[in-house]
Amino acid sequence: MIVDQLRVGFVPLLDMAPLAVAREMGFAAEEGIALELVRASSWSMLRDMLVFGQVEAAQMLAPVPIAMAMGLGGAATRLDILQVLSVNGDVIGLSQRLAERMRGAGYSFDFRDAQAARAALVAAAEGPLRIGIPFPFSTHAELVSYWLAGAALEYELTTIPPPQMVEALARGEIDAFCVGEPWGSVAVDAAVGTLVLPSRAIWAVAPEKVLAVRHDWSEDNPALTGRLMRAVWRAARWLHQTGNRGVAADILARRDYVNAPVEVLERALSGNMVISPAGDLRRVPDMIRFFEGAASFPWRSQAAWFAAQMAERFSLDRAASIAAASAICRTDLYRRNLRSAGADLPGASEKLEGSLHHPTAVASEQGQMILAPDAFFDSRIFDPLASH
Amino acid sequence: MKLRIVIVEPDPARARLVIESLAPLGHDVTVIAESAALARRVREIAPDIVLIDMADPSRDVLEEMALASDPLERPVAFFVDRTDRDMTRQAIEAGVSAYVVAGLQPDRLAGVMDAAIARFQMFRRMRTELETTRRALEERKVIDRAKGILMKARGISEDDAYALLRKTAMDQGRKVAEVASALVTAAGLLS
Repeated sequence: MIVDQLRVGFVPLLDMAPLAVAREMGFAAEEGIALELVRASSWSMLRDMLVFGQVEAAQMLAPVPIAMAMGLGGAATRLDILQVLSVNGDVIGLSQRLAERMRGAGYSFDFRDAQAARAALVAAAEGPLRIGIPFPFSTHAELVSYWLAGAALEYELTTIPPPQMVEALARGEIDAFCVGEPWGSVAVDAAVGTLVLPSRAIWAVAPEKVLAVRHDWSEDNPALTGRLMRAVWRAARWLHQTGNRGVAADILARRDYVNAPVEVLERALSGNMVISPAGDLRRVPDMIRFFEGAASFPWRSQAAWFAAQMAERFSLDRAASIAAASAICRTDLYRRNLRSAGADLPGASEKLEGSLHHPTAVASEQGQMILAPDAFFDSRIFDPLASH
Repeated sequence: MKLRIVIVEPDPARARLVIESLAPLGHDVTVIAESAALARRVREIAPDIVLIDMADPSRDVLEEMALASDPLERPVAFFVDRTDRDMTRQAIEAGVSAYVVAGLQPDRLAGVMDAAIARFQMFRRMRTELETTRRALEERKVIDRAKGILMKARGISEDDAYALLRKTAMDQGRKVAEVASALVTAAGLLS
């Protein structure tokens, strides 16, 4: 069997799980891929490594390749989104001072209702809020902006690398953060923050990280692209089986990967979150998803939502932004390469976002597939074809 | 005209080396060692160029400044606007990234980048050498412990213990240090 070397870049976060599993559980080897996982310490470093060919593929914040396609951020290299690596998985956390004020005013921290959380936060804020996010182009930035749009609250988003988020909160440089696990749980364990919402409370199906490659690379290596996609998709399917999550946490805890305690990593994987230093527990069944509900399908309409949000924030043309974002979602490669692996494929490549409040059966190639709820906290519906 | 350059570097020795390479070019160089409040400090200094280790997590903070749309803030462009792909590639391989104020003449930047790239290549070499030395030392320690275990368990001399380790390694096609490490782990489990 021919074995090809592939270098894939990642940032140490829980949601790099499909990549670590593809390597450690042999899914990459099954496809004849010697997978080398290369750790990056920042999103800009990972982007540069991908653009300049130090890695062939990378885990990326979903909005990064979209922003690049829209001409934001300077690096004018076209990337392809091959598939979604993870859905949801971020948390919003607050300083203990803010959390205490909200608690004092009778807020129950249900870790579910984003409307109620927002009202409680607005009432408790003593001035403009400084909110830490990991990168200017991120699910975090878009979800927080969407959540707080129109609220009677002044705030400023400020970029802080995830491993420094806890310290920034402890030092009072920020009042709140939105960050991927395990860093929210680490802040709770350090007794500097209380978690107020999982990101899924704002948008139930926000694609968080994607598998991205350079467009010219996927064009030049169609077969290898397919093998990589199948290896990662099978890893995601393995992660979906609840019995495997303990092993996954053990793998991710290693120093080469996330380098965090197994117990902390297991919280988001199992959906059993500890939200405060006092040990309050909240159950979030779909805290993070890798597979079920067509999680890995790169819906054009989801990319379009990010594009519309960013077009608004950076004053760019909405229709052109949506078109650019849709074009890099390689639903064609997903269909071609994953059909043989057994992936059920949706009939369409875009949908109205926000219309599903419950798991819903839709038409698929094999008959019917169940889509996960995709509602926004404010029940709005996003139509990628609408002009505003 | 001299350029105002900021170096983001927590290690004072490395910072000094970069300053030494840039000072002869007549530039005004400031070092920021603390990543806390990095954005505010860079704004205060308003540099023409910011140099930062490619692997420094604080890079993402500078990325944000590059997007600052407030016309009163000094705009920071990305990495040589990436127009000079050769220079960018060299810089990335050396492990340095640069944030450059919009509109800076490319030829004025080139001198600074050449000096910075040379220094960072040196750091990279030094880091590799240091890592090699550290690993050799660790292997040495493990081999010594494995020899001790064999000498005690089998009542043989140090030379014989080493010969046994080496023979086992050769038979199994592994490194002496790997065999020694396996022995030390196994002995730890059995004791």
